[in-house]
Amino acid sequence: MRSSAGTRAFRLVFAICCALILVYMILPTLLVFPISVGGDSYIRFPPRNLSLQWYRAYFEDPEWRSATFFSLKIAALTAISSTVIGTAASLAMARGDFPGRRLLAGLVLAPLVTPHVVLALALYFHFAPLGLVGTTFGFVVAHSVLAVPYVVLMTSAALAGVDPSLEMAALNLGASRWRVVREVTLPLIAPGIAAGALFAFLTSFDETVISFFISGVDHKTITRKIFEDVDFNLTPVIAAVSVVFVVVTIALMVVANMVSRGVKRA
Amino acid sequence: MSERHIRGGLSKTTAALIALPLALLMLVAFVWPLVGFVSTSVLDPAPTLAHYEKLFTSALYMRVLASTVVTAFVVTVAALVLGYPIAILMSRLRGPAAWIVTTCVLVPLWTPVLVRTYAWIIILQRQGIVNDALISLGMIGRPLTMLYTTGAVVVAMTQVLMPFMILPIQSSLRSIPKELPQAAHGLGASHFRVFANVTWPLSLPGVMAGCLMVFIIALGFYITPAILGGPRAQTISTLISQQAFELLNWPFASAISVVLLVLTLGIAAVFRRMLRVEGMSLHA
Repeated sequence: MRSSAGTRAFRLVFAICCALILVYMILPTLLVFPISVGGDSYIRFPPRNLSLQWYRAYFEDPEWRSATFFSLKIAALTAISSTVIGTAASLAMARGDFPGRRLLAGLVLAPLVTPHVVLALALYFHFAPLGLVGTTFGFVVAHSVLAVPYVVLMTSAALAGVDPSLEMAALNLGASRWRVVREVTLPLIAPGIAAGALFAFLTSFDETVISFFISGVDHKTITRKIFEDVDFNLTPVIAAVSVVFVVVTIALMVVANMVSRGVKRA
Repeated sequence: MSERHIRGGLSKTTAALIALPLALLMLVAFVWPLVGFVSTSVLDPAPTLAHYEKLFTSALYMRVLASTVVTAFVVTVAALVLGYPIAILMSRLRGPAAWIVTTCVLVPLWTPVLVRTYAWIIILQRQGIVNDALISLGMIGRPLTMLYTTGAVVVAMTQVLMPFMILPIQSSLRSIPKELPQAAHGLGASHFRVFANVTWPLSLPGVMAGCLMVFIIALGFYITPAILGGPRAQTISTLISQQAFELLNWPFASAISVVLLVLTLGIAAVFRRMLRVEGMSLHA
């Protein structure tokens, strides 16, 4: 390829611009790390004295602790419920036919493009008279609606990759339909199910808007607690919480991505 | 039907039975609440269009609607301008450099929006990083007010939504056969002409998907405007929550929600073939 002085100058400018844009993208994530180990009583950048006081404050504060455990509990229950419901429906849609199949396939993706603030108000409006606001059950139902599209997307993709002749062979050898599902289909789409479950867990754990509106006084998620503190009590303890939050999210995302790449290769 | 049967398909009853839990979940926790909530906009206290009349005749509310659409548009354009070069970089680099760029794109996507918004407060506040830097460089005498402005919302929201622009564009760019730009070069086209006549047109499906995605999410975005915007930079979504929870005017909040739903779901439905939602977490 030709490489004139003009091209080289253009490349240099392009590289500098890209570097600046990448710094803009990554800076907010990196920033919480130094802030969280600051030794001052307020947010200072760069921090002067290093200390782990904000991590201690986080782990020793009963409110932060219970919010963290509550979020983990909701996320785990949401992952279980949406994985079971979503996988079963994907099987039905990929391997069977029933009235309203196309409608359901379209409807299940709608929560992905529905503004969360509208859905949050609708759920609050709907849950309040039923006494479901601030309850574990209410949270799991609400978060399952947001998480189940990811499960359906992942398991449908995995099902599309399963060679039908394998299922046919098992049927021809005399296995019942249920046995084919249990012993052939489900093991083959296991990576897709696992990836779906991880995305479901993270969707619930990171969910902020609906949690903000349907949290009760006693049952707060970690996102609701961060949201409140950002508004009223901006201390570096949020940075320490954020670091824990970011590390957990990124670790699970890396695992989920590795698993889902396995789905595409299969 | 018979083909499904051969492929180890499920009977109609079994399929309907195992799809039932999902249908129930969507009905009870999505369709029913939305329909119930939305219907208050025309039924509360009696069948009426007064709430819509109030919305569309008030200069204040119309200004909020317009500024939300403008903000979403500006964010989309900014994300495209800043994201396109990164998408090109991602599609061309190999080895450790590619790994660094991909990390810089995916790590923000995987950082909870709440955490990123918190970081933007630290960057933009009066004693924040930008003000400290500008003062120590002697460029300004007094700290600038950046927080709680539309500018702050645009800067932070663009950062939050850029991965949704970059990922579809880079997947479009990757699918362009390498021979095409090479052939254009070989025939004597300049770098600019290769880009304008070959690369850009072939990347348009990704550009469209990215723009639609960013615009739709930006329209209904709540967290970042609620925290960084403050009362002077209201958006449709902060207006909705204010009407419902501070002023307890649920029918009016419902009417505004209908407008927002029509905008977002309408755009999504019209362009659904161009949208690619797989594997993306919206957190909006």
